[in-house]
Amino acid sequence: MSIDIEQFHSVFFDESDEHLDDMEQLLMSLDVESPDPEELNSIFRAAHSIKGGSGIFGFDALMNLTHVMENLLDKARNNELNVTADIVNVLLETLDVLKDTLNAYRDETEIPQESIDERINILNGVINGQPTDADSIGNNEAPEVSASAQSESEQDDSFGFFDNEITQANDNSDDGFGFFDDEPVSGQLDENKQDNDDGFGFFDDVPETADQNCGEKPLLSQQNDGGFGFFDEEETSNNSTASHAVKSEAANAESTKKEESQGFGFFEDVPSASNINTALNKSSDSNAENVSGRPNSTTATNDGQATKNGAVPTPAKQAAKPSAKKSTARESASIRVDTTKIDAMVNLVGELVITQSMLSMIGQDVEGQVGERLQLAIDELQRNTREIQESVMSMRMLPLTATFNRFPRLVRDLAGKLGKQVELVLQGGSTEIDKSLIEKIVDPLTHLVRNSIDHGIEMPERRAASGKPEKGTVILSAEQKGGSIIISIIDDGGGLHRDKILAKARSNGLAVSDDMPDSEVWQLIFQPGFSTAEAITDVSGRGVGMDVVRRNIESIGGRIDIESSAGEGSAFFIHLPLTLAIVDGMCVSVGKQIFVIPLLNIIESFQPTKQQLKTLGNDTVLYIRDQYWPLVPLYDFMEVEGAALSPTEGIVVLLESSKKRFGILVDALVGQQQVVIKSLEEHYRKVAGIAGATIMGDGKVALIIDADSIATTYTSSQIEELLS
Amino acid sequence: MSETALHQAVTGGQDKEYLSFVLGDEHYALDITTVKEIRGYEQVTKIANAPAFIKGVINLRGDIVPIVDLRIKFNVGEATYNDFTIVIMLNIQERIVGIVVDGVSDVIRLSEEQVLPPPEFGVAFDSRYLHGLADVDENMVILVNIESLITSEELGLVAPESVKDDA
Repeated sequence: MSIDIEQFHSVFFDESDEHLDDMEQLLMSLDVESPDPEELNSIFRAAHSIKGGSGIFGFDALMNLTHVMENLLDKARNNELNVTADIVNVLLETLDVLKDTLNAYRDETEIPQESIDERINILNGVINGQPTDADSIGNNEAPEVSASAQSESEQDDSFGFFDNEITQANDNSDDGFGFFDDEPVSGQLDENKQDNDDGFGFFDDVPETADQNCGEKPLLSQQNDGGFGFFDEEETSNNSTASHAVKSEAANAESTKKEESQGFGFFEDVPSASNINTALNKSSDSNAENVSGRPNSTTATNDGQATKNGAVPTPAKQAAKPSAKKSTARESASIRVDTTKIDAMVNLVGELVITQSMLSMIGQDVEGQVGERLQLAIDELQRNTREIQESVMSMRMLPLTATFNRFPRLVRDLAGKLGKQVELVLQGGSTEIDKSLIEKIVDPLTHLVRNSIDHGIEMPERRAASGKPEKGTVILSAEQKGGSIIISIIDDGGGLHRDKILAKARSNGLAVSDDMPDSEVWQLIFQPGFSTAEAITDVSGRGVGMDVVRRNIESIGGRIDIESSAGEGSAFFIHLPLTLAIVDGMCVSVGKQIFVIPLLNIIESFQPTKQQLKTLGNDTVLYIRDQYWPLVPLYDFMEVEGAALSPTEGIVVLLESSKKRFGILVDALVGQQQVVIKSLEEHYRKVAGIAGATIMGDGKVALIIDADSIATTYTSSQIEELLS
Repeated sequence: MSETALHQAVTGGQDKEYLSFVLGDEHYALDITTVKEIRGYEQVTKIANAPAFIKGVINLRGDIVPIVDLRIKFNVGEATYNDFTIVIMLNIQERIVGIVVDGVSDVIRLSEEQVLPPPEFGVAFDSRYLHGLADVDENMVILVNIESLITSEELGLVAPESVKDDA
């Protein structure tokens, strides 16, 4: 019997994880001053699901705690309890304990019984200690909210809209009845709260609340527009090219919602205050259409929904009916698949690609009519394999939203702990990235965001003194650029201190000079044991982090760049490959060995003439296109015997790595091919100049060249000079 | 290690099985639970900047696996490669490594008492990689502590930080 049930455990754990994440997001976005009943319902349902599941599987500790939590949430949604910022905090902390408990059950470790009991007591205290006030939910003024809580709730608001949009989009797209859900959201405006009971009531309010609008649309749609307009405005403030329509919507939002306009005020200030933002502007311009297009389309659907809503008078009470709509909708849209299955498939497809290239090699040897027919079939196969490969790879691609969504909580907690005011702006969460990369990017990102808040953003007083808004901004954004993903963490804090870094580097015994370019100085912070923080806090400052951050990023084929300007902020740009698994490469031969050069790096290849080759000391340099290029003989770098020693007998491949350009000398070009990257590090270790290995059509191993690493490791005094 | 424990449970004693192999004129043996498979020597792809005893990497059914020639590492015998050259594929700490030997001889079973300590000095062989010595059919068999050898920094098969991660 118990064995039968155990097979469902992992499903329960996965689902509970999701429920907990949902609850966290909903709590974060909950407007404490006028909580949305539907959101409270969603939180309640999530807690209820966990309670139900844990009851079935006999996870008593989990059940007991969720039961008390459920009681509290039940009171809250039945208007018997005022939700305050304190209660939200208590609930968030309870979620943490629930997560620990869940993990304890999953890993079969000891259940944190003490903290569970403590939580249950606190929750019971909240349930009993608060006077119940049946009719207060609509006009909840939340007088006990302190100044700091106020700022938190403002912060919540801005995220709330981001979150709402997603939840609504989910609900609406999958569910015809979804528009019921919209109504309570619109009710976030306090003054309209009472009107919620009567769908037609909205029309009456139109002229009063939205002067700037002609009043032709039902108010609901304006509110929705406003809400999303706010989101759009994020893009607008960063993209000067965004459309006027978006701007007018934004203006609308400003007039309808004060809290939001506070948010805008902030954004308007940013471009003037910070150079860093210019950098961001540049980068986001490239996909401005993309980004701003998405929210607009969402707005459109909501318009439709809202109009419908206005036309069909539906008492808001109906919206409060709990239902499992959300979860059923999600199940029908996706299947939960074990990642190992997908990984196995990716591997198999990799093998298929190898077999396919084997076939085409054989196919080239077949002559005559059969050969032609075979060639046609092989071409077809090639196309199909490529398509299969692409679709399998896309299965592994996940949007960064889930990764990004953990940061609002982190920022909120951290800012609260440090007594700073920080607003986190998330952009480009829909950018997709390989799942294996997502897992590995979380820690470095967390570290960088923590750093930005701890070291970057100054205390409010200091910010005010230097003429900045008291509330600092951290922008976390992602975008795809060509074959790579760029994730940036940008803050408008104090920036890196060049002198401090140089001083620290000297005391750490590193060779530095005062006239080093900034970019090199910033790279110093990635040295092990490097921290310029005056005091070690429990947040950061021990100097164990940045070298690990860089190592993690490099281990997944990425790199990290820093831009910083004293007093204006700093920006960290993480460049990541789209996927780890496959690369378009040019196969070249050196002696008897085959190497693969990623096409991405190749500028051109040619056979050099004597005129193009010059000697500098003992080294040969290339003179082409009125420029001198370093020439790296691959046989020398890779220690291969039997290769053509004279450059005029070989082929020069001009490469471009992230920072440097150079030529490498090979014997011959073999052909262009897609290769599956296999890790050398899995069973061996990292080798300088080599990004990985692949298996060729004949089953032999070929090494894949890492242009960046060659540029940094190939040392020859003259070449050093040329490269710098 | 659980396999060893299981094995001990099955055989009911302290007996451990070793795979013995030949390097030059000397007999060596290693813990058989680390052996993945035995195969013939095939052409390797050389890796730059590696010590001489790392011959290169091969494709083992899709895995890129390094090949170490123990004859060069221990400086015994002659490192020749022909159709009879054997590679023992080992699975150590989730890593696959192939070692080149002159030949594989037998599976031997030894109890802890049969394993004798090596002389305290006068032996150049690094004692860290030496589990002990045993007498089998009047031949001295050198029991290699293969796990510490393969993961050693000296061999350079494993990047230092990943050793720590594994530990």
